[in-house]
Amino acid sequence: MKKNKTECSSLSFSDTIFKSISIISVCLTFIIVTGIFVQLVWNSRESIEKFGFSFLFTQQWNPVTSVFGAASSIYGTLATTVIAMAIAVPLSILVALFLSELAHPLISKFVGICIELLAAIPSIIYGMWGLFVFAPVMSKTLQPFLQKNFGFLKIFNGHKIGIGVLTAGIILAVMVLPFITSVVCDVFKMVPNVLKESAYGMGSTTWEVTHKVTIRYGLSSIVGACFLGLGRALGETMAVTFVIGNRHKISASLFDAGNTIASTLANEFAEASEPLYLSSLIELGLVLFVLTFIMQVLAQFWLAKMKKSFGGGL
Amino acid sequence: MNKPVKEQQHRQLNLKQKKIKIAVNGLNFFYGKHQVLFDNSIEIYSNTVLAIIGPSGCGKSTHIRVYNRIFQMYRDQRAYGEIIIDGENILLPSYNLIGLRKKVGMIFQKPTPFPMTIFDNVAYGLKLHYKLSKTELHEKVRTALDKAALLSEVENKLDAPALSLSGGQQQRLCIARAIAIEPEILLMDEPTSAIDPIATAKIEELIEILKKNYTIVIVTHNMQQAARIADYTAFFYQGYIVEIGKTKQLFQNPEKKQTEDYITGRFG
Repeated sequence: MKKNKTECSSLSFSDTIFKSISIISVCLTFIIVTGIFVQLVWNSRESIEKFGFSFLFTQQWNPVTSVFGAASSIYGTLATTVIAMAIAVPLSILVALFLSELAHPLISKFVGICIELLAAIPSIIYGMWGLFVFAPVMSKTLQPFLQKNFGFLKIFNGHKIGIGVLTAGIILAVMVLPFITSVVCDVFKMVPNVLKESAYGMGSTTWEVTHKVTIRYGLSSIVGACFLGLGRALGETMAVTFVIGNRHKISASLFDAGNTIASTLANEFAEASEPLYLSSLIELGLVLFVLTFIMQVLAQFWLAKMKKSFGGGL
Repeated sequence: MNKPVKEQQHRQLNLKQKKIKIAVNGLNFFYGKHQVLFDNSIEIYSNTVLAIIGPSGCGKSTHIRVYNRIFQMYRDQRAYGEIIIDGENILLPSYNLIGLRKKVGMIFQKPTPFPMTIFDNVAYGLKLHYKLSKTELHEKVRTALDKAALLSEVENKLDAPALSLSGGQQQRLCIARAIAIEPEILLMDEPTSAIDPIATAKIEELIEILKKNYTIVIVTHNMQQAARIADYTAFFYQGYIVEIGKTKQLFQNPEKKQTEDYITGRFG
């Protein structure tokens, strides 16, 4: 009897501990996120008071005259991210498809390791590689090609100097590719075989099975993977700072130099002597924070809507 | 002495009347180096139901998975021998795989609705194999659902996710999806083993009706089910086909000792 009782109580005791640890962890996460937000708002109050909402729409960034606007940083951040995702998402899905469905297991293992190594390279290496190796290649090959064939589009019309928004976007694509690929690959492997079998059994090709059944089944995990990549692309600092050119100006051409929120912060924090300058930089950080938050919320809404129409899945 | 002769004549008559839809000659099957089917030979007539019974792991499912070559999804699975459907050996690499799978539909043990709406599930195969206008597509989807005895239950919620249906409804949806593309053969791999008795009864009724238009091969664990719905029954044991015959005969008067032991519940 006695033994039984102690066992019982020790179980419930360990259960209580487990429960409290989980609750503390959840609270901690919440407190940290709110804390960061409050800190960002508090430290940027000077800039918020001075510029108000015009901060978001002003292109000028002039420490000498103390006029600061985030428009070009926001534009650069969004533009590089869009380019990166537009390249990385389809590429990752195709790579994952090859690795999980088509390739011989040995090849799949080898290529899989190579792709994961991409994720292990420090971002500063990407930055240096981008500036010294990739940018010259861009200016000699891809940029002339794009200008020749699509030059009528303003975005491909500009000086072929190699560095710029487009180059930064492509480097970002390479950086986020392994993140998305490895998750998507796992998702593809988690889709029940019997579901694929019934799709193949209807006379579908591999591509039809993938885009109509497999991707839909794993959609929420795949979107999750994309947001992992998106988060990295939005906040990536060193690699972008090296190749984007760091200019506070919005240009129609993707070949021109620009800047992103993260690159501006990396470049100018050390120089910010004025309180208003510093506070504006912190407000930039706040903008990035809010931007990421909005993207997450939009993604969740979209997912919920999609789920309504087909239900279930991973 | 008289009776067997009569029966033989009867059988021959049957042979003449019935067209052979599937003829399997000397089928051997391997998982890697491990052989699981040995020299299977079988003839299946058009518009009949063949039930395949046998203990777990005897190769029943493996056998029918060769008919639509679905096993080819897996790298280490190999089939040798001949499977003649409508006069052509489908195991030849040159045989059109997509065409084969349009012709040979498959229903699985667990319902496998795709993650999309009820309508889209049935329309899936139609969109793959036919070019249809919107009204034609709608028409065909409704016909297929009707044939699968599901239309009255889902008529008002064709846009609901397929996964919101009950298990039995999902299985009938899978049948509707399979017959929408008008196959000639339906393979069913224990289609009712994950479903409650009432839904099972509905699916058995459905099989009875579908028989008019399709040749059906059903793998089942449930001997009563085989006795209820099948015209012919084959008994598999350890990868060999021990006995094939008319269902009634096989259950009431099996020729082989092993068959008798199995159906009387002495093993398996």
